[in-house]
Amino acid sequence: MNRIKDLFKVKDKAILNVFVTAGYPNLSDMPEIVKTLAASGVDMVEIGMPYSDPLADGETIQHSSKVALENGMHLDLLFEQLRALRPTVDIPIILMGYFNQLMQYGVEAFIQAASEAGVDGMILPDLPLIEYERTYKPLFEAANISVSFLICPSTPADRIRKIDTLSQGFIYMVADAATTGQTRDLSEAQRTYFKHIQRLDLQNPRLIGFGISTRDHFVQAAQFARGAIIGSAFLRAIDPKKPENESNSLDERIRGFVGSILEPTVSVG
Amino acid sequence: MTRIDEHGYYGRFGGAFVPEMLFRNIEELRRVYTDWIAEPAFQKEFQALLKDYVGRPTPLYFAERLSEKYKSQIFLKREDLNHTGAHKINNTIGQILVAQRVGKTRIIAETGAGQHGVATATVCALKGIKCIVYMGEVDIERQAPNVARMRMLGAEVRPAKSGSKTLKDATNEAIRDWIQNPEDTHYIIGSVVGPHPFPDMVARFQSVISEEMQKQLLDKIGREHPDRIIACVGGGSNAAGAFYHFLNNESVKLTAVEAAGEGVESGKSAATSILGRDGIIHGSRTLLMQTKDGQIIEPHSISAGLDYPGIGPLHAHLIDSGRAEAIPITDKEALEAGFELSRLEGIIPALESAHALAALNKLALEKEEVVVVNLSGRGDKDLATYIRHMGE
Ligand SMILES: Cc1ncc(COP(=O)(O)O)c(C=O)c1O
Repeated sequence: MNRIKDLFKVKDKAILNVFVTAGYPNLSDMPEIVKTLAASGVDMVEIGMPYSDPLADGETIQHSSKVALENGMHLDLLFEQLRALRPTVDIPIILMGYFNQLMQYGVEAFIQAASEAGVDGMILPDLPLIEYERTYKPLFEAANISVSFLICPSTPADRIRKIDTLSQGFIYMVADAATTGQTRDLSEAQRTYFKHIQRLDLQNPRLIGFGISTRDHFVQAAQFARGAIIGSAFLRAIDPKKPENESNSLDERIRGFVGSILEPTVSVG
Repeated sequence: MTRIDEHGYYGRFGGAFVPEMLFRNIEELRRVYTDWIAEPAFQKEFQALLKDYVGRPTPLYFAERLSEKYKSQIFLKREDLNHTGAHKINNTIGQILVAQRVGKTRIIAETGAGQHGVATATVCALKGIKCIVYMGEVDIERQAPNVARMRMLGAEVRPAKSGSKTLKDATNEAIRDWIQNPEDTHYIIGSVVGPHPFPDMVARFQSVISEEMQKQLLDKIGREHPDRIIACVGGGSNAAGAFYHFLNNESVKLTAVEAAGEGVESGKSAATSILGRDGIIHGSRTLLMQTKDGQIIEPHSISAGLDYPGIGPLHAHLIDSGRAEAIPITDKEALEAGFELSRLEGIIPALESAHALAALNKLALEKEEVVVVNLSGRGDKDLATYIRHMGE
């Protein structure tokens, strides 16, 4: 069984994947956040493993990582939280992080711990395709953990084909040349890019990420892909330090945000 | 093996661990850099600028009083006499020519001591190209004269406010900028660090240092090689340049000097080869100071140019394989060596270079041993720090 493959098989509406940094805003919030997300209709979650030097991330995720590390988050604790969480939610869980974190934990030990914690997929933006292909692919496959690679507007067509062969579950389509967290409307160039990718007729479904922050973005993304990934906008919406969040509980903030994206239901295409 | 393999590795160190958004830029450079550097037109322009603009060749100076003190034959390779005051400009001249050939119209750079920032701002002024330099907030304060120089040269200096607010964080910000501006921007990285092909490309541009040394030594001592070369290592570009043509000559001892900060075990150090283990920083697999969980540790050195938790992959390989010896030098030892050179030879060295000089005190040098210390830069930028410690 692979929850990611199953989700893409059965779901005919737009898929919403929400990113949250483990250990943010408080050390033990992640499991409750994931449960609330699942209960409010989010289809899958991407859990960020906080890192000291997150190169591909913008200010919002950098900040959440810094807070999480200061709170004391580390990988063994994350796996412990996930093992307790897994029996209570059905949706796919993906881990996102930087390859050095796996290297230091030991790649094989990491995969085993992730597998035992019920992790379904991984996103590792700085793991080179060639390293994955040469060394790590069989390890992830044996553990039934799908690795999703990124494509972006500058990825050449032959490389997209290669990424399609190596990715499992879905391809992460970066909406723009950007680190995470920028919020612009879809430009004409992006639409052209998305249409170009649609015509390649890839075997993997695609989710659009980076810069998706509103229902409007989500609706537009669903015209060109199976859905979208929202990260920074969600972290901002639950940031307890934001004055507009002060009067709401974490639960209310999460439900409010997801409702603002998902209601009413968004179709694909 | 001291040259990279086809995937950009020196032994097990190197590679290109970069997000997809940088793949095309890195790949484009990788495909063309060796051909371009070899091209006669490129070489003609590069060599002409090194000669008439930078002022090369830099002298190889026999330091008589220093030699007397350390009972050996000490030569100083005077990179401090380059235009802008350090070796950094050898690389920025080369890279601005590469940037022009890839058709980029905007340049970004990171800087620690500010020497690379100044060298980048300089070549951008020379070519009329827009220049943005990222610099840690801590370094903006401790290297104020260089910040003023960059601004005077027309560059925009952007403070890096994350982490330790030093070189590592400035490099993070520069890489993030490149991710967001891949089309028009070239990143002139300042040392032999970063994803392949940067470490090799920068080493090639800096290799002029050892190329000149060979000719100068032949002239002065009748043979092309010294017995030992000493250079400081932040990322390792001046050391890579000084070692380059001697890498495969085992009769030349290579001494790589690292910043020990307040002491290797003090918790405030940048002695990467001792405190680090294999990890990934700025797109390269190398020795890295990090926690058990792989979180990068914030380093410390009095010298902004050596205040870095990693080391270029070439040096990780040289040290790991035993080809080079790493020597840690504390803040205090570096300051003393800086004062010593000033009084013995009338040369005020950069604090980075002062680390290399301090190693003379740690080595058991033989009487006739020919030692070249790579004097990577001049000390003007560090006067405030020197003055603070004067008479201590
Ligand atoms: C004078 C001088 N020497 C050495 C360094 C260290 O850099 P690298 O190790 O790349 O030579 C710097 C860096 O700023 C410098 O300014």
